[in-house]
Amino acid sequence: MTLAALTADATPIAGHRPWPRFVVTESAWRAASEKLAAGEVTLFGLWGDMACVHLALLDEPARDIAILSLDCADGRFPSIGASHPPAVRLERAIQDLFGFEAAGAPDPRPWLDHGRWGARAPLGRPRDDLRPSTYAFLPVEGESLHQIPVGPVHAGIIEPGHFRFTASGDTVVRLEERLGYVHKGIEGLMTGADPDRGAKLAGRTSGDSTVAYAFAFARAAEAALDIEAPPRAQMLRGLMAELERLANHFGDIGAICNDAAFVLMHAHCAVLRERVLRAADACFGHRLMRDIIIPGGVARDIDSAGAAQLREHTHDWRRRFRALVKLYDQTTSLEDRTVATGVLKPALARQFGAGGFVGRASGRAFDVRTALPYPPYDRFVPETALLQQGDVDARVRIRILEADQSLNLIEQIADNLPQGPLSTPITPRAGEGAGVVEGFRGDILIWLRLGASGAIERCHLRDPSWFQWPLLEVAIEGNIVGDFPLCNKSFNCSYSGHDL
Amino acid sequence: MWKFILPAFLLPPLTERRPAFGDRELAELSRRLDKAAHRKLGRSLSIRHVDAGSCNGCELEIHALSNAFYDLERFGLRFVASPRHADVLLVTGPVTKNMREALERTYEVMPAPKWVVAVGDCAIDGGMFGASYAVIGAVSRVVPVDLHIRGCPPRPIQLLEGLLRLLEPNAKVRSAETPG
Ligand code: SF4
Repeated sequence: MTLAALTADATPIAGHRPWPRFVVTESAWRAASEKLAAGEVTLFGLWGDMACVHLALLDEPARDIAILSLDCADGRFPSIGASHPPAVRLERAIQDLFGFEAAGAPDPRPWLDHGRWGARAPLGRPRDDLRPSTYAFLPVEGESLHQIPVGPVHAGIIEPGHFRFTASGDTVVRLEERLGYVHKGIEGLMTGADPDRGAKLAGRTSGDSTVAYAFAFARAAEAALDIEAPPRAQMLRGLMAELERLANHFGDIGAICNDAAFVLMHAHCAVLRERVLRAADACFGHRLMRDIIIPGGVARDIDSAGAAQLREHTHDWRRRFRALVKLYDQTTSLEDRTVATGVLKPALARQFGAGGFVGRASGRAFDVRTALPYPPYDRFVPETALLQQGDVDARVRIRILEADQSLNLIEQIADNLPQGPLSTPITPRAGEGAGVVEGFRGDILIWLRLGASGAIERCHLRDPSWFQWPLLEVAIEGNIVGDFPLCNKSFNCSYSGHDL
Repeated sequence: MWKFILPAFLLPPLTERRPAFGDRELAELSRRLDKAAHRKLGRSLSIRHVDAGSCNGCELEIHALSNAFYDLERFGLRFVASPRHADVLLVTGPVTKNMREALERTYEVMPAPKWVVAVGDCAIDGGMFGASYAVIGAVSRVVPVDLHIRGCPPRPIQLLEGLLRLLEPNAKVRSAETPG
């Protein structure tokens, strides 16, 4: 309803699927901004284009999405971030990539642009007056405060990013993140690529979500081309998506316990993860199942022996995992570290539209698989796990519940694989489409526009981390510096998916 | 907890056998790896990893090296937290322009002798990202590289093969496996 009211006078773009896109006036844009600030709709994406900006809105109760596009020919658009903080970093990224100014934005500092690309606004009209490579962190005032700079290179085997802690003794007073170090210009590389190459690039946006990204990309491309993947392909996609989710949940549950110095759990979870990856390898020929989902379908099949084997594996994994969950439950010294640590309040999770286990551990019951169902989840519906506490423990518990659900889904899908072709052939044509998929980390939105030759004119990939990274800054406040790794791992935001 | 610890004494280990050396990509090895350096290092290497722009896929498989199946440490190879403690720098990803300085600085603070291993197709030639305005590309364009390990991402067993080769540069291709 809310979305319909916002777009009542606007013209829908023909052939934009599956949700509508409208070209709107500045007043409708401002009205959307007010609705966002009032919490009536959720920010789902905000990105630049050659001469306009796009705003994706989610109406959660109505389970609907609309994309609003505002002409930006004069290089300016009214800031959404001015009244709705979740938009701030997205606007800073638009400013860096396209050179558009978000008029009235509260924070005009660059975000992805570190002054090292050799050009400014590389996706818009490039300029060569580079930004300085220095960065002004927020000023800190107060007695007996000290700062701890960490990164971009961290002590472990993880992605690079900079964290600036301001601490009073051992307590974190403020954390400021600085990201963008792994910005690879993926959206720039998308332009001109054909959909097959686009799917490969999408699958390399965030390595731990390669299936989810390729899945979302394929759905966006299929929407733009107005085709559907055949039933067997849709089921195999679901199978891979759940294997990916399971592997990540298993691995991360262990890694979180490791950051609370409970190594036994880590060792056993790592073994479980490895078993899942080996099964994926045996079924699909790649441990991470990369490049298997393609626009139109899937690139390879699984034989009936493979499906039967998966069935046996799930029994074994479930048995082993239940024992580990029991271990987690019975280890009070571990829960002493995870309970009441890194609390994210439900109101903030709602305001930021935090997806995935971060949102669901803080009372936001949003899961694309049930809220905006796509095959195979229109037939195989997972239960949405939900908790309110919002601490590290709650995020672990959501992932435990979801791993269990994934095991069920894998069994159901493997038992019901239909026979039939693996892909629908693609005829190059123009079109626009969006794909939204629930990765293990949350909702991934991919939007693309194909030109008449069938090549990509513009593709935007929005990682769930955009709405989770800022919340980590809040969740760590008042915790001790030493608990940061634990909190950080319990969020497990993507650097590469965010930096693009 | 005993339920987990007791079986560990009773059941056989999960650990894979040590991989046999394959001579394919590894033949390009040892640009600067001479015997003298090996005498200095003995049979132990400290490894520091830097993600210079990866998609995070390569990291996942580097992590896997520490699980019970691959158990990197049994070979005297271990990951360290500071480049100042490291003999080997493991670099993943196409080097992004935003990470170039961090990579250079990490390399510079490592004590000599030091080696660089470029992990993954991106690290070798920029992979799918080479043409981007934001990417420098091959790791070798920023720091000297001694060993390349291909793959997107390389499998843990390939990573293990490559790293073991650093320890034993003169090892001939072995057909028979030695138990790990
Ligand atoms: S080689 Fe593949 S897995 Fe490794 S960083 Fe590049 S795209 Fe990711």
